[in-house]
Amino acid sequence: MSFFDRLLGKKNSADNAKERLQLVLIHDRTDLTPAELDSLKDDLIATISRHVEIDAQSMRIGVQHDGRSQRLVADIPLKTTRRRARRSK
Amino acid sequence: MPAQVITITSGKGGVGKTTAVANLAVGLALEGAKVVCIDGDIGLRNLDVILGLENRIVYDIVDVIEGRCRLKQAMIRDKKLPELYLIPAAQTRDKNAVSPSDMNRLIKDLRNDYDFVLIDSPAGIERGFKNAIAAADRVLVITNPEISAVRDADRVIGILEAEEKGPGALIINRLNPALVKNHNMLSAEDVLDLLAVELVGVVPEDENVIISSNRGAPVAFDAKSRAGQAFRNIAKRLRGETVPFLDLDHTGGLWQQFQRLTGRK
Ligand SMILES: Nc1ncnc2c1ncn2[C@@H]1O[C@H](COP(=O)(O)OP(=O)(O)OP(=O)(O)O)[C@@H](O)[C@H]1O
Ligand SMILES: [Mg+2]
Repeated sequence: MSFFDRLLGKKNSADNAKERLQLVLIHDRTDLTPAELDSLKDDLIATISRHVEIDAQSMRIGVQHDGRSQRLVADIPLKTTRRRARRSK
Repeated sequence: MPAQVITITSGKGGVGKTTAVANLAVGLALEGAKVVCIDGDIGLRNLDVILGLENRIVYDIVDVIEGRCRLKQAMIRDKKLPELYLIPAAQTRDKNAVSPSDMNRLIKDLRNDYDFVLIDSPAGIERGFKNAIAAADRVLVITNPEISAVRDADRVIGILEAEEKGPGALIINRLNPALVKNHNMLSAEDVLDLLAVELVGVVPEDENVIISSNRGAPVAFDAKSRAGQAFRNIAKRLRGETVPFLDLDHTGGLWQQFQRLTGRK
């Protein structure tokens, strides 16, 4: 990789290949496309919102891998804590 | 001890399955093992020319399955290694001439008399691939450090898991150390990271592979060539020996990685 490539923030091609493969393998292994993941996220928001109030804007969902096994990981911030804190004052 | 039946497959075509089968067969036979290799690529016979045995073929695997000859009659003995045999593929166009149960039956007859049966799989994940893995005790997936080959290897590893053919073990072929050094080719560690399976060997890109195929004497006969050494080392590992990896990408970390993956310390 040349000095100018680095200056322009251009990655070397092996890193490029690795990053692209990481993404493509997740989808190959789970049969889950990015669009399907989005719609799963919307369904989750709808279901969970029926029980607790959540901060849908900052909710995150993704597939993590540990060796060859995959794990669906969702991080769903709740809004209820603030209300409780106020009430205890 | 009954034979170990090992299939070499890849998903993507042209990554080095036939080359690996020929060289591992030679490597194992040089170590004194009795080896039969089977060309499972029906319609695209190639293992015979790589081993330099194309002029000796009379019968092929389909002749055995359809009862036109006995198994022994279709087994061609190598010119230099008397304990190495080839069962050639048929050149028929009917890909359904062989079924997984045919393969099981044929290999059952070999198990007691040999140490290793090596099966060369065709590319793809269809009938020929299914035939090739049907009787395997162990499946080796071969790939190149290249984006489409790695992706296809991952598909095959997934299918092997689903079919309960074990997690598969990996051979990385045609690694170019200079390109890896410039960060313009995935390193062996990158590929292992992505595929997360056990590694059995890394074979460098080596012009001697082509030169030796031209001559019909696999590169494993040439102990001085890099690829020949790498294939011989894999053969030793298949026999259960612990052999350090050649330091191809000068990172030095590969051996530790291998130990981690196999749970050895
Ligand atoms: N380590 C290597 N260095 C250089 N050339 C190699 C190496 N390994 C394989 N080749 C070359 O790559 C080509 C394809 O190899 P080979 O026929 O073994 O692949 P294959 O996976 O069996 O292909 P197919 O899917 O068509 O059966 C051949 O020309 C072979 O000589
Ligand atoms: Mg082949």
